[in-house]
Amino acid sequence: MKNLIILGAGTSGTMMANHLVSKLPKQEWNITIVDQYKTHYYQPGFLFLPFDIYKEQDVKKEGKKFIPKGVNYIQKKIEKILPKENKVQLENETIPYDLLIVATGSKIAPQETEGMNGPNWHKNIFDFYTYEGSLALRNKLRDWKGGKLVIHITEMPIKCPVAPLEFAFLADTYFRKKGMRDKVDITYVTPLSGAFTKPKATAALHYLLEEKGIKEVIDFNIDRVDYENNKIIDYADTEVEYDLLVTTPTNMGDDLIKRSEMGDQLNFIPTNKATLQSLENENIFVIGDASNIPASKAGSVAHFEAEILTENIQNYIKGKELKEEFDGHANCFIETGNGKALLIDFNYEQEPVQGSFPFAAIGPLSLLKESKLNHMGKLAFRWIYWNMLIKGIPIPFVTAKMTKKGKQITI
Amino acid sequence: MEKMLAEKPVNVNEEGYLLEFAQWDKDIANAIAVEEKVELRDDHWKAIEWIQSEFKKDSPLSIRGIKNSGALNIKEFYELFPGGPLKKASKIAGIPKPKSCI
Repeated sequence: MKNLIILGAGTSGTMMANHLVSKLPKQEWNITIVDQYKTHYYQPGFLFLPFDIYKEQDVKKEGKKFIPKGVNYIQKKIEKILPKENKVQLENETIPYDLLIVATGSKIAPQETEGMNGPNWHKNIFDFYTYEGSLALRNKLRDWKGGKLVIHITEMPIKCPVAPLEFAFLADTYFRKKGMRDKVDITYVTPLSGAFTKPKATAALHYLLEEKGIKEVIDFNIDRVDYENNKIIDYADTEVEYDLLVTTPTNMGDDLIKRSEMGDQLNFIPTNKATLQSLENENIFVIGDASNIPASKAGSVAHFEAEILTENIQNYIKGKELKEEFDGHANCFIETGNGKALLIDFNYEQEPVQGSFPFAAIGPLSLLKESKLNHMGKLAFRWIYWNMLIKGIPIPFVTAKMTKKGKQITI
Repeated sequence: MEKMLAEKPVNVNEEGYLLEFAQWDKDIANAIAVEEKVELRDDHWKAIEWIQSEFKKDSPLSIRGIKNSGALNIKEFYELFPGGPLKKASKIAGIPKPKSCI
């Protein structure tokens, strides 16, 4: 018997277990998935939790429910990958593999910025990329009296690059509904050249910031948080004052990758961006946020990767050439507040443009344009996630490779 | 769109960033630097070379990367490319500016 091990039972790992269990011959392959945590979180829901749009139970379920029969589920801490020996060292056992899929994701690292993770962490400095952070922020917002709300990105890459902007839009709606928008000053602080960085999106969407009275501070590369005086300071000595700081800390791959000496300086594993094979070890594949590929770190990307990786795992086992098919495709709903959302569909080469999705000219969803239907789509996605996506059930009409049909592309 | 830089036709986007890194050379870098009001000296070239090597590895550009590179320190980097050093240096180096998904 041969062993295929999947490390991580998050979005990517769970999807791969579900895809592969029916694809690999049972008499030849054992499939094992390892994750130390019991709970599977619906991470896109962390955006809604602070605003009381979702409740705790909407964003978490027991992970075991989603691991298919026929896959061994080991709930233990992973100490180290030993790529030269083809083994994974767990807390009290070492298991051999013939094929390894790393799906250990990325997480926030507030300790990387001086003063961020200090005495005011989760007091008036919050993240919303963890369940704990998102919940603590909800409790803070429930009786916050207003002041300067600063929404901040430390550095790229981050998980769901657009989430901080969605947070700003939703905050505007939230405070308006509470009748206290005039007491809240919202500022969006980014290390990039703007809240929007791509030409078509900037042209189509910049009005959102003006309409909602959200100020932009751009090219801000944070040096430290001065938590005693409630301000963030960048390398050019620019200061932004806050009463409530909602920050997106540096994102890094799991410490396990560092311990295994397999990552880059952010603990992401160098990976072939078209085949998803690790550059160092041919029997290791990397999916989702754990890799260094220049696609967005998002569940949507992992979803398309999973389809292509499933094929490539089968190709690898049969000794066939790997398909260089992953094109960086992402397809995401973006909340814009007031019960509306946008939809974007893009890949490595093609920036988000206007058009219709999934059917050319018909839609019914519109690309790069606010609509109530897109918002319904975003809310419906939670059901799709739990019931289809992580179970590996194909979503109708949504293909792994991006289509140019229905997009207003001008060259 | 096509633009003449250092008397050579190159493809650039709406903001003047090169679309094809293969078209980049040092004369073009100098021409972009003039537009950005930066006079290129040895230290600038060190930064540009470092940025290009990161780009070729598909590594995202960040201040952290510069901090850890040992090639130059951050204060220097800001002095070399005042106001938005990452985007200015990228433009002169002939690579896309650091961006988000929209």
